[in-house]
Amino acid sequence: MNVPTHAAASRTTDRALSVHGVAVFLFLYVPILLLVVFSFSGASNLSVWGGWSLRWYQKMFSNDPLLRSMRNSVVVAVVSTGISTVLGTAAALALERYRRWLGKRTFDALLYLPVIIPDVTMGVMLLMWFTTISWPLSLTTIILSHIAFNISFVAIVVRARLANLDPSLEEAAADLYADRWQAFRRVTLPLIMPGIVGGALLALTLSLDDVVITSLVQGPGSTTLPVFVFGLIKRQVTPEINAVSTVMLLASMVLVFGSLAFQRDTKAEPSPEAP
Amino acid sequence: MTTTEERPAPAAEPEFERRAERAKAVRGFLQALPSYAYLVFFFAIPLLIVFVFSFASRSRTGKPVLSDWNLDSYAKLLQPVVAEIAARSLWLALLNTVLCLAIGYPFAYWLATRRSARYRAVLLVLVLIPFWSNFLVRTYAWRVLLGEHGFVTELGRALGLWDKLLFTQPAVFIGLLYGYLPFMVLPLYAALERMDWSLVEAARDLYASGWTAFRKVTLPLSRPGVIAGSILVFIPSLGAYVTPDILGGAKTTLLGNYIVRQFTAARNWPFGAALSFVVLVAMLIATIIYFRTDARTI
Repeated sequence: MNVPTHAAASRTTDRALSVHGVAVFLFLYVPILLLVVFSFSGASNLSVWGGWSLRWYQKMFSNDPLLRSMRNSVVVAVVSTGISTVLGTAAALALERYRRWLGKRTFDALLYLPVIIPDVTMGVMLLMWFTTISWPLSLTTIILSHIAFNISFVAIVVRARLANLDPSLEEAAADLYADRWQAFRRVTLPLIMPGIVGGALLALTLSLDDVVITSLVQGPGSTTLPVFVFGLIKRQVTPEINAVSTVMLLASMVLVFGSLAFQRDTKAEPSPEAP
Repeated sequence: MTTTEERPAPAAEPEFERRAERAKAVRGFLQALPSYAYLVFFFAIPLLIVFVFSFASRSRTGKPVLSDWNLDSYAKLLQPVVAEIAARSLWLALLNTVLCLAIGYPFAYWLATRRSARYRAVLLVLVLIPFWSNFLVRTYAWRVLLGEHGFVTELGRALGLWDKLLFTQPAVFIGLLYGYLPFMVLPLYAALERMDWSLVEAARDLYASGWTAFRKVTLPLSRPGVIAGSILVFIPSLGAYVTPDILGGAKTTLLGNYIVRQFTAARNWPFGAALSFVVLVAMLIATIIYFRTDARTI
């Protein structure tokens, strides 16, 4: 680690930077914290504090359409993450491990596009396509759309990990008479596992976050949680939405700390890059 | 990354090596095939469909009719309403990018220059949490704060600064700033953290003032972070849909909402297709500029 010494800012500048830093953290956190606190308010609107209460959580867990959308979200997130993790990892391996193959450059460009393209355009494209081929809008079209953007994110994360790997490790396995599959499963796969898990967690987060694409390609009864909540917010603001939001924030936190814990675990092992 | 692929094969390659090379090429292709086919079917073709439909005419239900080709949708892009929405979107996206940079740069600098690695790690986690948190939820938090009896609204009233913020352009702007600031901070932090700070020290040893050292050394070295962060903020800001829909009103329609409306209430798919296509081209140009300025090093 290169710890800056006197190269860093002067004492006055540093103090100003610290004040700014704390202010930015307050800006980032106060709105979320207030939102969470008010989910425990007993009042029926958000302009007053009504004492601590769990009534909005009770209401949320007896709201059937909301629970159904929650279930849809989990199904969409898990299925699309599973499929895009396998496809994205294979794509990353093909791009990093094989020097030249038919259509490689086109594929490389095609793989980056879903990351760059704005959500609205992607949603509109897929809606037009599903309509053109007369594929009825449903939970399936949502899953297919989520896979379409998640493949790219998984591939990019896994590729970054693969690029830092020493290919001689796999060659060594081959020298020791491992066949291709064994070399992959016993050497490459464990080494790129942090990349695969990181990519999968990113895919899960993106899938659970998506409002725009899903709202365009959803069918009757296939609404996901964020799209459902989006509709609620536009109608009326209630503490129940705060309760749902708190649950969604909790899910995000689990994913963040999950990925951090996983990275720490793999860092504790001897680094594969070390000589 | 591409240099190794372009190296021509040695002239006199033994037959078996050439065959091995060909086998490897086939394996690479086969490994990419499932995702390749998927992206062609669910990305490339739909992209083409948007382009094709932008020339179609509109049926009574709003769906495109392909038999009657025309440029009506593109002519409609020249209307003052569209120009106004496009200009507003562009202005808000640019303003947001500049402000995220102005706030995010000193913030990332502060994070990256903390002495203790442990402290830095804790602060980084604190930045990662909002970065990964649900975007809709974070926008909703401001819907409450800016509401009729929201904290920020009451504060403004008490100070005599504003009476109403929700459903106005400033509200949309606050939402965009809040939503995308973490996207600016992370790449900036990554660039500053891995920077070789001894270069700054060398500049100081050569009697450069703190400001000169920053301007001539730190700033150029953190450029990849600046570019990456700007792209990460600018593109989604320009296509924003959720933020203007929740925090904005009728007079703050942005391109994202306007496009979606063509597929819902307005029922004019060909026009929606033309709009999407133009926005897409604009984004691609912005991205190409990004890659040109050698930001790939990040």
